[in-house]
Amino acid sequence: MKDITIGQYYPADSILHRLDPRVKLFGTLMLLISLFVSNNFLNYILITIVLFSIIKMSKVPFKMLMRGLKGIIIIMMISVIFTMFLTPGSTLIKVGAVKITRYGLKKACYLAIRLVYLVISTSIMTLTTTPNDLADGLEKSFSLLSKVGVPVHEMAMMMSIALRFIPILMEETEKITMAQKARGAKFDDGNIIKKAKSMVPVLVPLFMSAIRRALDLADAMEARCYNGGKGRTKMKPLKYKKNDYIAYALIITYFMAILGLSYIIGSTDTLEIMMVRR
Amino acid sequence: MIEVKNLDYLYSPGTAFESKALDNINLTINDGEFIAIIGHTGSGKSTLIQHLNGLLKASSGAIYYNGKNIYDDDYDLTEHRCKVGLVFQYPEYQLFETDVLTDVGFGPRNQGLSKEEVEKVSLKALEDVGMDEKYFKKSPFMLSGGQKKRAAIAGILAMNPEVLILDEPTAGLDPKGRDKILKKVSELHKERGITVIWVSHSMDDVARFAERIIVMNEGRVAYDGEPKEVFKNFEELEKMGLSAPQVTYILNDLKNEGFEVDNTLIDVEEVADEIYKLLK
Repeated sequence: MKDITIGQYYPADSILHRLDPRVKLFGTLMLLISLFVSNNFLNYILITIVLFSIIKMSKVPFKMLMRGLKGIIIIMMISVIFTMFLTPGSTLIKVGAVKITRYGLKKACYLAIRLVYLVISTSIMTLTTTPNDLADGLEKSFSLLSKVGVPVHEMAMMMSIALRFIPILMEETEKITMAQKARGAKFDDGNIIKKAKSMVPVLVPLFMSAIRRALDLADAMEARCYNGGKGRTKMKPLKYKKNDYIAYALIITYFMAILGLSYIIGSTDTLEIMMVRR
Repeated sequence: MIEVKNLDYLYSPGTAFESKALDNINLTINDGEFIAIIGHTGSGKSTLIQHLNGLLKASSGAIYYNGKNIYDDDYDLTEHRCKVGLVFQYPEYQLFETDVLTDVGFGPRNQGLSKEEVEKVSLKALEDVGMDEKYFKKSPFMLSGGQKKRAAIAGILAMNPEVLILDEPTAGLDPKGRDKILKKVSELHKERGITVIWVSHSMDDVARFAERIIVMNEGRVAYDGEPKEVFKNFEELEKMGLSAPQVTYILNDLKNEGFEVDNTLIDVEEVADEIYKLLK
């Protein structure tokens, strides 16, 4: 149970790990947008090169990335199959009443690549950034919103606290389960309703424990003069370093290249559609 | 009767974090004994007792309850846990019902008793732990620390166990509360004849009530015997992060100063008499 790494941070010392979280957030966003703005083959080659160099730089083992993909395999299969069979165009293969068009096959491939790259991009983000750095990065990035009354700091604090307590509450759940098992409780007996009911002896003490901890934590924070985000400064504020600026420059250059390729070469899909319409 | 044979328990087996929590434990616990298990944090005492009632499964070795191996396929572990009752250190882990009486009845209900029987055994259990009737209909979350402990113990007693295991029953209680609980448990032991195993940190409590002490150290049984015998080794106990009862230190200091005292005494009353003899 303790093997579930929340946020899936993979500890290593790579250039990517050392980058400011804001740069990584920006980079991930640009990568995702570029995936959906891309409309031709060259674009995808560029994205592939960039993505694989990033993976190399992150020193994260391939196995960890593949784990993230496991979750979306089913959705991906469904989307790809639907796209393959339901897109109009010139027929490539016909199996009975079902047909696959050349256009459909192409679209399906692009879709599959997009989904896979999407998952990989976001995985790299969470694998190279600790949950707390992520919260800090989000807080700093959205800090302007606090000027219009959005409680950015408080939301980031809530996120950090929640993350912090996940392992604690998981351990407590285990202990409570054991204590109730010692009183003859069974958790895998009977139908759905019975199973749900059998969770009550675990959930009630767990909730009480969580509430108790929350109240204690609130007292402790107040006792140390915590007052929300107003006028609050950080002990380790996020500061940009040389690598961060270089990264920003590279990201913007990359995005310009993607846009350029999309515009200049134009959509090979559009060509296809025009050919099909003929 | 519980027999533990060559018990090993590994944490995180097969990973980089593998460690032996219990190492070749061999014990025999007879019916009706009043045993205390002591040991520093991490010595394996909590792990050991969770094996005795079948919550944890040993990595190797066996546990025989009244001659039957509890790891046999046809052995009903849920039934076993009603016979070998374990009260966890924190009552907060188990109290959950809307009122104390219903909560105490959780165990008996799981045993399949009828509504009338459940109420009967619950009331008896609450009476046995000395809880005042006015608390029966109150929410268990409204009780004080000591009352919560009693409710938790009652919850296990209501299942009519043959063995009662208590994990640090006096932790977090004031001296009066500790006294009360221990006296009650001692009474129950005498009246009902159940085997009592209790895990403790407090040497003084242990010296007062236990007939036999098992000392755990780093996953192994270091000492197993009568309190007087065990506490004679107080220097080794100290190296293990434990201590002897306070009276042992006083008697030893006196002896080192040249006074004629029996430094193996551990009962406070006897020690007081011994010192009184010197003053005469």
